[in-house]
Amino acid sequence: MVQPLIQVRSLDVRYGAVQAVDGINFEVEQGEIVALLGANGAGKSSTLNAIAGLVPTFGGEVHFDGQNITNLRPEMLPGLGMTLSPEGRRVFGTLSVAENLQMGAFGMKDAQEISAAWDRVYTLFPILAERRDQFAGTLSGGQQQMLAVGRALMSNPKMLLLDEPSLGLAPKIIEQIFELITTLNEQGVTILVVEQNVSMALEVANRAYVLANGQIATSGDAKELAASNNLQNAYLGGA
Amino acid sequence: MELFLQQTVNAFALGGTYALLALGLAVVFSIMGLINFAHGELMTIAGYVLMYCGLAGISFVFAVPLALLASTFAAVLMERIAFRPVRNSSGATMLVTSFAVAMILQVLFQNLISVRSQPVLLPEALSGSITIGGLVIGVNKLVAIISTVIMLIFLDRFLSKQKYGIAMRAAAEDFAVARLMGIRANTVIAGAFAISGLLAGVAAILWVSQRASVDPLMGFTPVLKAFIAAILGGLGSLRGAVAGGFLLGFIEIYLAAFLPPALQEFRDPIGLGIVVLVLLMRPNGLLPAASLKAEKV
Repeated sequence: MVQPLIQVRSLDVRYGAVQAVDGINFEVEQGEIVALLGANGAGKSSTLNAIAGLVPTFGGEVHFDGQNITNLRPEMLPGLGMTLSPEGRRVFGTLSVAENLQMGAFGMKDAQEISAAWDRVYTLFPILAERRDQFAGTLSGGQQQMLAVGRALMSNPKMLLLDEPSLGLAPKIIEQIFELITTLNEQGVTILVVEQNVSMALEVANRAYVLANGQIATSGDAKELAASNNLQNAYLGGA
Repeated sequence: MELFLQQTVNAFALGGTYALLALGLAVVFSIMGLINFAHGELMTIAGYVLMYCGLAGISFVFAVPLALLASTFAAVLMERIAFRPVRNSSGATMLVTSFAVAMILQVLFQNLISVRSQPVLLPEALSGSITIGGLVIGVNKLVAIISTVIMLIFLDRFLSKQKYGIAMRAAAEDFAVARLMGIRANTVIAGAFAISGLLAGVAAILWVSQRASVDPLMGFTPVLKAFIAAILGGLGSLRGAVAGGFLLGFIEIYLAAFLPPALQEFRDPIGLGIVVLVLLMRPNGLLPAASLKAEKV
């Protein structure tokens, strides 16, 4: 059997006395799109941040591509083939669009790979090529989200973690973002996406996990979840 | 008019030195939220290297790079030994740590070198003067202005064109996300300290070249001024630090030159009063940093 690309075992995240993530288990296979759903404060972002090393784990293990990456420093991840596009986009507003993308490729040495990454991102997002010399802070919300994803793609990752990519965007732009997720997946990128927009997320994802109070309330095939009422129960705290 | 021009040259020379020091404070603050009061001791270290080089008969041409190397190296070492262990602590903890480092170094200078002020041998040429269009300008003032301009251009090029320079700007804006890009926290912070040490070294050479002496507490006053300059410009903003440094230099020199003799006693309070007035009008400083809200480390 092929090992999952990422495997999370009994992950525990605490902020002082607050238990944000309470011993969850899940995995994402190579080539999948998996959605992590749940209400505000369910522990979705904490899970992603713990995987990326931005917050320390209290217990449990994270394995990526055959390696134990639990509590690895965040700067090591791009080199292993995983990047996180953080919640709220967090582009470097005082840097130009091109400088933002250049930072995305910070750890890459191979000049050919770097130039291929530029081509890929500018082909996916022609608007970024157009605005390459503009300060990222002056872009619209949708363009900033594209820049955030483009920046995360510059290191040519196997796996992309997306934290609330649709947050605060207009419906039309949200559709583009989800189309983009499908496109990237077709290009071979495995995707773990945290979303509040449940219906859109279940439309593009293969599978989903629903978090409630830091635990996995329910999980399964995205289509089946969309049809069942387990989901509503999880959101309303009934499960 | 001639007096005014003369004093303007002086103001540029002094303001430039403040600007370099304030810039050193701002580079470190923008990256890790630390106000490094031991910055002045980096100056003192560079000053002592100049002094010892003079005693050993090493030419000033070699003494200058040695002094710069010493302050840069000392800054990196300071980060490694004193500030790395408290990196994720509150700003207050880091501030107090920097006071401790400053005091420890001052006591070491006093006990291992001398409590008294020591003369520094400077090349004759520095104390000369040249005449430009009827203005008599001290060579040391001219050197100070030129060095400041060179350092500012060098730093601007580095931060806008070099990959590591851009990474430092990225880290100053959002440290956590910069790390997600693969930018190593240790490298960026060590780099920031190295730059601040280099800037302190240049400032020390300019400072010593006006006074020809060095003492254990030499760094305290200029760094206090630089701190005021950094706040005046907008704490954490590099352009602000430069603007604040020059403005403070101008305020001090013009007050010293043009305030009526009866008011000279009140020169410093009047100068600081002007600073307060500026801050009342622009509470975040002249050119505030773009991202004061961004998380540090």
